[in-house]
Amino acid sequence: MNINDVILKTVSKGAVLIILTFGIYLFLSGHNQPGGGFIGGLVIASAFVLMFLSYDSETVSDALPIDFKKLSAFGVLLAMLSGIAPMFFGGAFLAQSFGYFNLPIFGKTELATVTVFEAGIALTVVGVVVNIILSISEDE
Amino acid sequence: MNNILVLPMLLPIIVGVLLIFLRTYGRIQAWISIAAMVVTAGISIYLLHTVQADGILRLDFGGWEPPFGILFVADSFSVLLVLTSSIVTAVCLSYALISTSKELQTMYFYPTVLFLAAGVNGSFLTGDLFNLFVCFEVMLLSSYVLLTLGNSKRQLREAIKYVSINIVSSWFFLVALAFLYGTLGTLNMAHAAERVAEVGQTPLLTTISLVFLVVFSLKAGLLLYFWLPGSYSSPPIVTSALFGALLTKVGVYALFRIFSLIFYHQPEITHTIIGIMAGLTLIGGSLGAIAFNDIRSIAAYNVVIAVGFMLVGLAIATPEAIEGSIYYLIHDMVAKALLFLLVGTMITLSGSSKMAGMSGLMKNYPLLGWSFFIAMLSLAGIPPLSGFIGKVLISSAAIDSGSYVLLALALLSSIFVLYSLLRVFKNCFWGETIVSKEEQLPLRRGVLLPCLVLVFLTIGIGLGVEGLSLYVTDAAKTLLNPGTYINAVLGIIQ
Repeated sequence: MNINDVILKTVSKGAVLIILTFGIYLFLSGHNQPGGGFIGGLVIASAFVLMFLSYDSETVSDALPIDFKKLSAFGVLLAMLSGIAPMFFGGAFLAQSFGYFNLPIFGKTELATVTVFEAGIALTVVGVVVNIILSISEDE
Repeated sequence: MNNILVLPMLLPIIVGVLLIFLRTYGRIQAWISIAAMVVTAGISIYLLHTVQADGILRLDFGGWEPPFGILFVADSFSVLLVLTSSIVTAVCLSYALISTSKELQTMYFYPTVLFLAAGVNGSFLTGDLFNLFVCFEVMLLSSYVLLTLGNSKRQLREAIKYVSINIVSSWFFLVALAFLYGTLGTLNMAHAAERVAEVGQTPLLTTISLVFLVVFSLKAGLLLYFWLPGSYSSPPIVTSALFGALLTKVGVYALFRIFSLIFYHQPEITHTIIGIMAGLTLIGGSLGAIAFNDIRSIAAYNVVIAVGFMLVGLAIATPEAIEGSIYYLIHDMVAKALLFLLVGTMITLSGSSKMAGMSGLMKNYPLLGWSFFIAMLSLAGIPPLSGFIGKVLISSAAIDSGSYVLLALALLSSIFVLYSLLRVFKNCFWGETIVSKEEQLPLRRGVLLPCLVLVFLTIGIGLGVEGLSLYVTDAAKTLLNPGTYINAVLGIIQ
């Protein structure tokens, strides 16, 4: 199918950027404020879906050569590995820790291992949602 | 803190996820997943011994102590079931390696089976009711995939029924959880048990327990089994074997756990209802088992009868009866997997699932025939096979407690099991051989090997009851003394 809607394409170019930024913001603000991997992942996935809707799937697949099935599997793996890691340091499964570091530009920043876990969840959500939409759209 | 406790659930998930990256390698996937389940079985043996030595183990995820966090709890009952389910899954996977078509193998079959095993093991081990719901969902989602994998018309029809009934029952489960949380303010099993014991089981709590009863009965196929025969007899045979061996048992486990740990204060209501439901299940299952000519339906109705039989033990709830039910639960996982695998092999060989379509298989495939014979005897409860000890214990407990109606139904159902399978044995294995020696399909090499493993297991459990009794007695003791479980979880020192 050949979509050639100039308004839709132009608006979505800008909108995708805003949605992705918002998604990453939600993801990072996750562990102390409303947000987190699941919600951030959903928002990021909606940006991908918007791209698939406004351009055809070949164009987007060429620009983003990602196998979303493997992306979701990788997300689960990442979340699980972040749960396993503390087991090697004498902690319980899924135990988390955090610390404050002085980073060059950001100054004093809190870094938490839970972010790795949340990143896994976000990748899984993105993979699954986009995969569902793609499976439906590719169905003849 | 015992991180090893999470491995029976974690290991299948991680291996399953890794297998997604190896999608095109069917046989390698099979070997890796079999290895994963064997390792899981090994871990559960280790856990079983640790539980005997150190008492009930628990693992607080992320270090959050109960009742605030989610935790896994291992007592003899749950670990015994984890062990059996891991072994049965490994055997079913090896049957899949030998028999399943390459097409199916590359369609994420093995990862899904591993996720199913993870859900089953998680349900057995969890100490939190909401986590139980999550593990159920992990298991059910995998079962939806397995049920529809293969893409035949009949499968899709049955899958629609199966998925809708399970979504409704999951919704009921959530409603029951919400009620319980609203009443008790906790979903930690031990904490809930403690609070119910403190305030007494009020009519409201008993009503909530009945909602749980409906939910788990739907999953276990206790009385509400109308969805079961169709959906268990339509998917590929390995999937049916896994479903028949594992899925209903998780529901049975949940019933045992809930009604022996939390809601055991009003047995004259709850346990009576369970008894009535078990009796009706036995009657319905027996009628179904003799009514059909399709051997897969007969096998599916045998699953129903077994569920009724195990719940008779819970309804009586004396130490002897509970022990009998645990033995029967272990036996039934092994024997049902064996039955479904043998039935599947028969269907592959004769190309028909109707009894009229096969005759005289014994002449061509004697090993298959005698394996079926042993499976039949084991399911009917003939000594020295594994079904015997469970039946004896439940029957004698029924006599001691004066539950003669349940006793009669339980024993009659055993005769119906024997009759239904004897009919299959007589019609399919004896009689005139339709296929001549030259035309017979060759039995693929090694197909019977997984079945033989299960045959030896059922004989082994039957003969080695002595060795098993240590663990089963401990499991029954823990189930009947909820205080032990509560203390182990909430850490109160008496």
